[in-house]
Amino acid sequence: MILSSPFAKKPNSVTAVMLWVIAASLPGLAALIYFFGIGVLINISIASITALATEALILRIRKRPISATLMDGSALLTAWLIGLALPPLLPWWMTILGTSFAIVFAKQVYGGLGNNLFNPAMVAYVLLLISFPVEMTAWIPPAELAGQTLSFADTFSYIFTGTSSQGYDINSIRQGVDGFTMATPLDHVKTELSQGYRTQEIKAHEMMTGLSGIGWQWVNLGFLFGGVILLFRKVAAWQIPAGVLLGILGMSLILNVLNPDAYLSPTFHWFAGATMMGAFFIATDPVTASTTKKGRWLFGLGIGIITVLIRTFGGYPDAIAFAVLLMNMTVPMLDYYTQPRTYGHAKTKGVSNE
Amino acid sequence: MIQESQQIIKNGLWSNNPALVQLLGLCPLLAVSNTFINGLGLGIATTMVLAGSNGSVSLIRNFIPKEIRIPIFVMMIASFVTNISLLMNAYTYDLFLTLGIFIPLIVTNCAIIGRAESFASKNKFLPSLLDGLMQGLGFTAVLCLLGAARELVGQGTLFYGAEQLFGEWAKSLTLSFYLTDSKFLFAILPPGAFVFLGLIIAWKNSIDAKSEKIKKASKQQSVEQTSEVLLHE
Repeated sequence: MILSSPFAKKPNSVTAVMLWVIAASLPGLAALIYFFGIGVLINISIASITALATEALILRIRKRPISATLMDGSALLTAWLIGLALPPLLPWWMTILGTSFAIVFAKQVYGGLGNNLFNPAMVAYVLLLISFPVEMTAWIPPAELAGQTLSFADTFSYIFTGTSSQGYDINSIRQGVDGFTMATPLDHVKTELSQGYRTQEIKAHEMMTGLSGIGWQWVNLGFLFGGVILLFRKVAAWQIPAGVLLGILGMSLILNVLNPDAYLSPTFHWFAGATMMGAFFIATDPVTASTTKKGRWLFGLGIGIITVLIRTFGGYPDAIAFAVLLMNMTVPMLDYYTQPRTYGHAKTKGVSNE
Repeated sequence: MIQESQQIIKNGLWSNNPALVQLLGLCPLLAVSNTFINGLGLGIATTMVLAGSNGSVSLIRNFIPKEIRIPIFVMMIASFVTNISLLMNAYTYDLFLTLGIFIPLIVTNCAIIGRAESFASKNKFLPSLLDGLMQGLGFTAVLCLLGAARELVGQGTLFYGAEQLFGEWAKSLTLSFYLTDSKFLFAILPPGAFVFLGLIIAWKNSIDAKSEKIKKASKQQSVEQTSEVLLHE
């Protein structure tokens, strides 16, 4: 098709970027709701209210314009991502604690949007994970395995009181039909491996069917679908998710080839846990990711490699949040050493062309 | 002399505080300040070592060859730390076990060798002793504040484990503000120490900035007053 001039394109505004990210996460959100119940929506609501209120409060203290900053949607997006990442039945005050910490200590203390070194949503997640490891790993089994779906009233009651309306606590619904507590596939793999089972035996369990277990593969496919839309809209830089997925592929392939009995396949790592959400929605945060092409590749690859290493050898079942925060720290250095050559100038090594 | 002492006291406790301004000795500061009593115990131990090493370094400052002064300082500090460690082992055994490796590690606390190098090796005995004491107290104050904050947020108590330092009767000192099934581990683990230390430093800086402003304003005022007086004349 032949187009006439002008070819100038309007760049995405901050608000548009934030709204696009939220819209693109809807397929993943739908999968989460389908398999894990309505709790994730309640979490998102709690987180959003907390984020907006905290942001307004801090802006007031800092004597900055309140409504204009709130309208840019960045606080809302942070809250949205926190809500997506948290287990669906997390007690309400933990969501509030994590979200307000993210806004105050990960964002506003650094000077607000654009100045923060660490991804606020992941700071909230890691804060809660290391503080309350039991609650933060208490994922309920996907609806198909649990044999029951939680009603809205029960979900609400679990989040705000810790028990259902009939007085069951969260552990009773985490048990499958056979009475054993169900973990997430990644958690399950970790425990079973430590007890000496081989990966083939572990994968025979009913929750491990499909690419990466019932429910989880669809959540990840949902986020992958939304993420690809983001790439086409040029909201996210494609090098970062490509780097993450490639890093995971490379690292897990090496381990898997060395010993397929002890290490899981790359496809499992790709579609398990928070991989796709992390690769497309978390790592691509334009503020905390690298800004050069080469830097973005390295940033993504680093996240992928660290994720597989921590999942395999570390103490926690999933590692996207840790990997993102660790690579956030390297961003100033990555940007410094990967400055592109300015057209018409000689190559300068390690010096930004300012 | 009195003015000099005042300056030393002010430096140690506030304007040149080892933990808040020099940012020295962060390793023990961040690692053991998870309860008030742990902070107080390590603070007292550090203060005793600091006063002792500062005093003794100052006494022999004229006989130490410049080239090998650092090893000599370290040996003197190490012998004080050994004494403290044996004393704690004898009298506060539980606290000794709780603090563990961080008691011998006082040797490597750069706040101590820093004071020996920058103050005691250049000043007379009494000012050096006072300086060691005040720097130590400043350090202890921050440790206690940090410990109290982390303990309160992390597990909802204050003065937990006081019996380790003061004996059996002190068990009743422990205040419990709220009980929880799940402790807020973040505050008790090292990341909490970093965040709380950052908050305390910010708080100190804001006080300094405020008092600076007031000083400037009063100076401005006095200038205006003088100029008015001059104009009237």
